[in-house]
Amino acid sequence: MSASSPWHALVVERIVHYTPRVASLFLGNALGSFEAGQHVDIRLVAEDGYEARRSYSIASAPGGATIELMVERLDDGEVSPFLHDVVRVGDTLDVRGPIGGHFVWTAALGGPLLLVAGGSGIAPLMSMLRHRARTALAVDALVIYGARTWDDLVFRDELVAMAEADARLTVVFGTSREAARRDGDFAGRIDHGEVARSLARWDRAAKHAYVCGSTGFVETATSALVAEGVAAFVIRAERYGGIG
Amino acid sequence: MATRGFTGRRPGDEVARRLPPGQHLATDFPVLAIGPTPPVDLATWRFTIRHGPRPLASFSWADLETMPQTVWQGDIHCVTTWSKFDTQWQGVGVDDLLAAAGIAAPTPWLLAHSYDDYSTNVPVADLVGGKAMIATRFGGLPLAPEHGGPARLLVPHLYFWKSAKWVNQLQFTERDEPGFWELRGYHLYGDPWREQRYTDDP
Repeated sequence: MSASSPWHALVVERIVHYTPRVASLFLGNALGSFEAGQHVDIRLVAEDGYEARRSYSIASAPGGATIELMVERLDDGEVSPFLHDVVRVGDTLDVRGPIGGHFVWTAALGGPLLLVAGGSGIAPLMSMLRHRARTALAVDALVIYGARTWDDLVFRDELVAMAEADARLTVVFGTSREAARRDGDFAGRIDHGEVARSLARWDRAAKHAYVCGSTGFVETATSALVAEGVAAFVIRAERYGGIG
Repeated sequence: MATRGFTGRRPGDEVARRLPPGQHLATDFPVLAIGPTPPVDLATWRFTIRHGPRPLASFSWADLETMPQTVWQGDIHCVTTWSKFDTQWQGVGVDDLLAAAGIAAPTPWLLAHSYDDYSTNVPVADLVGGKAMIATRFGGLPLAPEHGGPARLLVPHLYFWKSAKWVNQLQFTERDEPGFWELRGYHLYGDPWREQRYTDDP
């Protein structure tokens, strides 16, 4: 690798399996500083030079010694099953980044902050929440996070603990295939009605809103936010294609 | 250096030949946009051509629909590494749009602007000569809102962020001015075959 290459060989220091479908790789951070919400590209290289690349959002807060990349396993994918099944602690992966200057939140932007995630869309929002927890606890924040079941909610225990310790943070879980567990949670997919109910309970005017998930999820959630009076220009969206 | 244990899933020769470096073939049509899908009403839809701040021409939806139609079929490449083959588009070629406006390009550069305040820069040379269109149909059907409908720019030989969704303005500029993503770390030109993804790519 030449000195001018944008690719950095990062060492896998830890692997955590959160759910059967979701694991995080913790890589030694040689990328330098990044902003919450940014992503990196990973490049896998076969012996004959064949390459595959994918983008993964950083889930950890800026400033740590490692970066956490959350990977959802797509069974027919080329890259995510490799990252889940083959990669071991001590391996190196070629990583480029950080990338992206739009879907980012910094403490300086302030709040109130509204975060809406569907499934693996929680990853960049988790970076924002962890960043907030370290630097901007005075910022009011609402998280609406939907998954299929209670056990599919990645970072669930950390989110619950964060919210219990922090009166300015509200976390609402939506579970599409299970009953609601906590006060304020709901059963079913995130739709206009649930977004409206959660916003009404929160009773703040979002200054910055971030929505991340599959295309259909983002269309539904952003439409609901606009219909509930959140200005379109404060809503930033990231749509996951669900490939790879 | 090779990644330990990675063998990969190679595409066949025919697919590999059509894939720019670092791309893989997608069979679905992923959607990327910076915010909510903006509501666009055909009754009030307006397309404006400007030189800097000065309007040169302006068209309604009915105006656009009476212009000569261009069809293009081929492969598109998104910077997020998916490519989609054999897509079919229909719309008004930029050559025909300029002819309808009765103007020749006053500068070699422009910014395409959109209803959601997105913008992207494209050299005029990459839009004329049959290279680009204002696309209104995909696969023979009206272009869906999440894919940029009712009208998006289509510049298929560049990474797809250049093909601005919900386009409503072409603005000629005195120099090559970066647009939304170009100001946020993405390449000024964006040729997939030279893999010009990010600002620091040659």
